[in-house]
Parts: sequence; structure tokens; C-alpha cells
Amino acid sequence: MVEAAGIIGYGSCVPKYRIKTSEIARVWGEEGERITKGLGVLEKSVPDVDEDSATLSVEAARNAIAFAKIEPEAIGAVYVGSESHPYAVKPTATIVAEAVGATPELTAADLEFACKAGTAGMQMCMGMVCSNMIRFGLAIGADTSQGRPGDALEYTASAGAGAFLIGRDRKDFVAEIEATYSFTTDTPDFWRRQGADFPSHGGRFTGTPAYFRHIMGATQGLFEKTSTRASDYDYFVFHQPNGKFPISAAKKMGIGTEKVKPGLFTPVIGNTYSGASMIGLAGVLDIAKPGQRIVVTSFGSGAGSDAFSIEVKDGILEKRKKYKGKTLADYIADKEYIDYGVYVKHRRKLKSL
Amino acid sequence: MRKVAIVGVGMSKFGEEWTRGFRDMLIEAGRNALEDSKLSGSEIDSLYIGTMAPGSLVGQEHVGALVADSMGLTPVPATRIEAACASGGAALRQAYLAIASGVHDTVVVGGVEKMTDTPGNEVTSALGGAGDQEWELFMGATFPGLYALMATRHMAEYGTTEKQMAQVAVKNHANASKNKYAHFQNEINLDTVLNSRPIATPLKLFDCSPITDGAAVAVLMPLDKAKKVCEKPIEILASTQASDHLALHSRKSMSSLLATQVAAKKAFDEANLSPKDIDLAEVHDCFTIAEIMAIEDLGFFKKGEGGKATEQGKTSLNSEISVNTSGGLKGCGHPVGATGVKQAAEIVWQLRGQAGKRQVKDAKIGLAHNVGGSGATAVVHIMKKL
Repeated sequence: MVEAAGIIGYGSCVPKYRIKTSEIARVWGEEGERITKGLGVLEKSVPDVDEDSATLSVEAARNAIAFAKIEPEAIGAVYVGSESHPYAVKPTATIVAEAVGATPELTAADLEFACKAGTAGMQMCMGMVCSNMIRFGLAIGADTSQGRPGDALEYTASAGAGAFLIGRDRKDFVAEIEATYSFTTDTPDFWRRQGADFPSHGGRFTGTPAYFRHIMGATQGLFEKTSTRASDYDYFVFHQPNGKFPISAAKKMGIGTEKVKPGLFTPVIGNTYSGASMIGLAGVLDIAKPGQRIVVTSFGSGAGSDAFSIEVKDGILEKRKKYKGKTLADYIADKEYIDYGVYVKHRRKLKSL
Repeated sequence: MRKVAIVGVGMSKFGEEWTRGFRDMLIEAGRNALEDSKLSGSEIDSLYIGTMAPGSLVGQEHVGALVADSMGLTPVPATRIEAACASGGAALRQAYLAIASGVHDTVVVGGVEKMTDTPGNEVTSALGGAGDQEWELFMGATFPGLYALMATRHMAEYGTTEKQMAQVAVKNHANASKNKYAHFQNEINLDTVLNSRPIATPLKLFDCSPITDGAAVAVLMPLDKAKKVCEKPIEILASTQASDHLALHSRKSMSSLLATQVAAKKAFDEANLSPKDIDLAEVHDCFTIAEIMAIEDLGFFKKGEGGKATEQGKTSLNSEISVNTSGGLKGCGHPVGATGVKQAAEIVWQLRGQAGKRQVKDAKIGLAHNVGGSGATAVVHIMKKL
């Protein structure tokens, strides 16, 4: 019997390489300290030469399956949200499904909605489990995001993935998704045209009319829909393009920053785009106690936000105890710094003349 | 020549107006100006609109007819005037001439620029068109770069300091904080300016006027008629304009604007006044050094003493001469084509005694100074309370 939609397992993956904001600033003749402080980002993750959104998705998905302790064959849907799918035509989702052993009896598709395609996948899985179409759905947000050399985005565009297994039986839940609310408009703040190597953005237009309007619209819409308010929640995870925006959004909504900081990882891994809000949620679930409530609000340029009201369940304790895989804290701690030259090689920005 | 008066002014809120287009801002400013003039659209018989780069910024040309259309003024003759950042001032002068000559009676003059729909680098490139494309811009110069050269020269010749330039920004933000139409509503201090990001040394971020959306409109008519229909008409005593070499390197001096000096001299002659008669001035502070040069070239202070005078507070609100009470381009914002008309609106409000917290006491005579590019065009208007 369908009871509700909930998270039955989750996992993340962040590449081990890091480049410091000050190292990027050094190359472009900018003041490192000013930029580090201005963005609130100390360093960002960099994928290895053989890592892409598919490999990051696979690792995050394997962690999620290990956490959930389910047989991968039971997964009925795999959705991978990314703006850096390795192929323009040919799904990442099939690579992931095959690699984790979920094929062939499942549906799968790639999603794109800038940085919120992963949470759109969570909503699709919620719909499918609640309508009894599938038992378990796997939603992944993953990116090896692009930033034009010298552009402001280059300081933050990083790599990582978050994977969430959505189920329908309360006994499986590590956290219940009580409600979701989306806020979507046609707002062209950031885009990448077909064939373009790097995205373009509207500078300051990406702030007030894009990020803040949608994050706040979705979060406040969720409050209204669920008759809740900020004080009913213990944690808030907002999409985190830099270290400053989520804090500002919280302040504007009267939410204490102590509720935001536990889910804010951009300062140490950069902006993982489609992975960002999902990695933030993974980090909070690693420390949250049963009964605590979390709001997660993603943001995708173009633009839209998906907000979720989540309550942590008792089931998380045993699964957490039995999980032997890597946690987000492990990924963050396991790091190796590279300089801009190696970074250029890793990100394939080198072109011979 | 007939005498001319301003009988109504209006503005749109200046700022990053993401949700409003070219038309919306013009309609707001136009409606405010017409309401202020207590005239109806049917009484208007000509229109001039100052705008610099709508073609590059929003893909819109043929702006004269567009404005007549959006303000409900068709079929009056409607003409766009372009003189880079002095487009608004030049349009005001065309309206003045049309009435003074007797060709038109009641004329609307507008200024507008929609800048934030365009990425910053494209705005910089569009604004670059105000310089000498072949000799300056193609060689890599941008406007902050050109004004940085002028600042460096002014510092070398007269000992002007970065701190003195910073004081211009501090003063203009303080004035802008008292102006509900201003882009920036916050006061700043010297440290904020001096510690801001370098743009083109010695100019820092807070030495530069911002990219702003906005529109301003004024309604003009012959003075005789204005006295009959308007409670507080503001007479335009002088309307002058001068030009100079487009490229900075061709000019005689890099630390003063000859076009400003010529237009100012003519204006004072026309009005039979001297700089000391001016109670308040709106001057073209696209960069802080530009205000220092302007207050010297207009004759308010001796050449080379503009920086010191600013530092001593002689240009602050209700001091020796109140400069840029609107907040100037730095604080009120600089929607390029709108600026010249906005300056006139500010002078009108001040002379009528309607400037609220930023009111200059006993303001009788005001001057507006609008510059195109790095100084190849200068327009000066002197206005008087009757």
C-alpha cells in the first residue's frame, strides 16, 4: 500500500582534486583575498581527467544503494539531472543504470534544468512511487560544470554528484518527504547555447530577479502550502552558487544562519551545479537526528526552484550505522591541491595553436 | 528669439529596472512630467528624445516615433538626438531652440537609456562608441581607461589626490540618499571608495558611475505663455553647446575639457551672469575626476583647485555651491541618454523649492552641465526661478 514518498538511501561523490580561489585569481591578475572573501569560496573541487558526470553519478548512486541496502534490480527509474552530460545525444542515465546493476527492467532519462535538474528527478520519482508505477526511483544531480577561463564563474564552477533513492514504504524511510512546491518562470539569467563550450550569464541579473526571487518564492510557497514557518525547521539547504547567496536568502526570510551553515558546502568544494542542493541535503542527513525537519530548495537558472519539506525518521540510525561507504565528510577531507596548469589539463581547457 | 521656460518635469525611478523596458520607463517619466505641467498631450506640438545607444543596447532605433507612440503624442514631429552621454542635454537644447525660434510652442523633451538588458562587456563596448572608435577603442581603450588618463594627468599637474576624488563619490552618495529617484540610496565613506576594486588605476569601482536604467522628461513652452498657465515656470536663461576633438590624444589638455570651458563662457555671457551667481549645479560626474574637472572648467573654482575645494566641503549641499544635489551620475545613476534631462529636472525641483531633504536654501539660479564621451561634446544650461 502506498503510504508516502520518502528517502530510503542517499549518497554523494566529490572528486579529490581542489584548486584554491586564490590560485585562479593569481593567474588572472586579480586579488585572491578579495575574491575569496567576496564569493565566500576558499577552494573548489576539480574532476580528474577521466571523471565526468557519468562517473560521478555512478559513484554517488552506488553509495546511495549501499546506504539503502536494496537490490539494484528493484530500482524502477533512473533520472540523471546535469548540464554537463557527456553526450548531447545518448543518455547518462543508461550508463548509471547499467553500472549499478539496475537494468533492464526500468525507465530512465536524462534531465536538464541548469542546477535544479536533480531535484526535478526527485519529484518525478515521488510521483512514480506514489502512483505505484515503481517501487524505488533513483534521482541524481551531477555536474562537471564549466566556467570560461577568466570569467567570474571559473572561481566556483566545480564537480560533484548527489544521489537519492526514493521509495514509498515508511518502514524503508530514512526521511519522509512531506511536501514539495515548485516556483518556475522564464527568466534568462544563465544559459549555454547548443555547441557552445561555456555558459553565458547576465551578471548581476543572476541575483535578485533570478536566484533570490525563485529560492524565496519556492521556500515561502512551501511554508504556505504546508502551513509551516521557518521556526518549524531545524535545517535549511539552499542552492549554493557561492558561499554568500544562501546566507543572504536566509537573512531575507528571517532564517537564522546557524540553520543554513550545516548544509553549506560551496565554501570548500565550490558550486557543483546540479549536485549542489542534493550534496547539501546529503551533508545534513549525515548529522540530523530523527524527528528533525529540513527544507531543501534548489535553484536552476532559466529559472526555477523546487522546495521540499523533509522529516528525518528513526530508520536513518540503523542504516547510518551499517553504511560502510564514503560519506560527504570523507570526500571533503580526501583532497589534493593542484595548480592552475594542472587544472587546465584536467578541465581540457588547453588548446594547441 | 523668444524666451523659454520649463513648465513640467518627471522621472522614472533610476536603477537596475529588470522588470521594465524602454517604453515603461518613458511612460512613467512622461506621465509624471505632463501631470506636473498640468497640460494635456493634445497641447504638445513637438518632441525631442535624447538617447545614446538603443540600437546596440536593446536593438531599437527610430526612437523618436517610438516615444511619440508610447506617450500617446502622435502625430507630432518626433526626433531623436544623439550626442553620446550628452544626448539628453543636446535634446533639451533642440527643444529650447525650437521654441525660441518660434517654430514650435509646447515641446516635450525626453531622455532614456535601457542598459541592464545587456551583458556588461557589451555595454562597455556600446558606450565605447562615444570615443574615437578607430584611434581609441580599436586600440583597446575603454571609458574608464580614458578618464584614468585624465585623472593621472590632473594628479600630476595639480597634485589632486585619490582621496579628493573619493570625496566626490561620498558627497554624491550622501545627496542620492535623499533622492527617491536615485539608483543608490545609501551613504558611503572614504574607506569604501579607497578600498574598492581597481578599475583603471587610479580609478576604483566607487569612482565610476553605474550602469543604470531610467528616463526623464521635461515640458517646455515660451516664457510669456508659461507665466499664464504655470505657477512656477523656470526660465532657461542660456542654452549652449560646444564640441572638441573626439580623441583624447588630439586635445590641447588632458586635465580640462575645452568644450566645457567654451560652452560655459558662452552660457554666462548669454545669461549675463558669472559663476559666482550660481547657487547649485548638476555637473557631469561620470567618474569622480570628471566632477573635479567640471567645477574648474565651469569657473566655480580655479583650475587645479577642484579637488581641494571638494575635500574642504565647498561643493556639499548648502555650502559655497551645491554640486550634484540629485546624487549626480555617481549616486543617482547614469542611464546615459536620460542624464541631461534628469539634470534639468533636478534644477527645476530645486528652484521651485520642491527638493525635500536635499533642498538648497534660497536657490535662485542653477546650472546643468552634460558631457558627451570624454569631452568632445559639452552642453550647458542656466536656469532661473522667476
